[in-house]
Amino acid sequence: MNLYTYASPANFYVLAGKLIPWFSWGAGLLAVWGLYISFFLAPTDFQQSEAYRIIFIHVPAAWMSMFIYLVMAFWGAIGLAFNTRLSFMMARALAPTGALFTFIALWTGALWGKPMWGAWWVWDARLTSELILLFLYVGIIALWAAIDDVRRGDRAGSLLTLIGAINVPIIYFSVKWWNTLHQGSSINLMKAPSMAAIMLQGMLVMAIAAWFYTIAVALVRVRRIILERERQTDWAKAILENE
Amino acid sequence: MEWASWSDFWHMAGYGLYVWGSFGVTAAGVLIEVILLKRAGADTRRRLKRMQQWATSLEGEGQ
Repeated sequence: MNLYTYASPANFYVLAGKLIPWFSWGAGLLAVWGLYISFFLAPTDFQQSEAYRIIFIHVPAAWMSMFIYLVMAFWGAIGLAFNTRLSFMMARALAPTGALFTFIALWTGALWGKPMWGAWWVWDARLTSELILLFLYVGIIALWAAIDDVRRGDRAGSLLTLIGAINVPIIYFSVKWWNTLHQGSSINLMKAPSMAAIMLQGMLVMAIAAWFYTIAVALVRVRRIILERERQTDWAKAILENE
Repeated sequence: MEWASWSDFWHMAGYGLYVWGSFGVTAAGVLIEVILLKRAGADTRRRLKRMQQWATSLEGEGQ
């Protein structure tokens, strides 16, 4: 047995079914731990008082919105290059959750911006590029939904995903490249974080919880897509009869 | 512990609307996604099963 075994939808369907409970429970437990840190261990901020606690949702959601997009683009590229069916299915399974996290990042950003900047929304580079990301997700999902021919739809959607990927570095570096109202990043791989260790820990735990959640829901979704597309095969018929 | 009482906790030093608005909408979004996912999964399986039963019944008639 090797890794390629799971490139077959039939095998992956079974594997995904086994993994879902682990990632679901993991996401739940990590979220409880992360929320406990967010509200009971992390101290009040000396500048922003309690309003800063939005960070524990806002930053992980913003990270996820960008990571999920890149993972989608990765699967789309693999699918376009090698014509692997499962890659396209994975890309489709991730998109709605990516859109959800993008919306959450924008929503919590607005709720944080109002008390701190005095505005729900400003057209600065960071906010605008994140809004474009939401439009990309929605556009890709709509494109997939609009094309009845599954294989053509896969290709068109993945091509749009790849073209839109240019937006992700723009979001990430926007606070450096332009003079934005949005603050620069508090966490940088190259230097020590400019925040208290417990706050950083809370953010990371929430981010890992978000990852587990994303993996769990994407696996649930990909199983449905696999079943739908493989419905003519004997194994899919057998699963439908027994499930 | 940061909070003297539960009302302090919900009040969030005057930022309750913003903090709970953020966490609440996130929780609602996750909940809605999970519910829609469950429903879509059940719908798809029901539909595929029906199609399959229909196909087998047609085969039976043909013979």
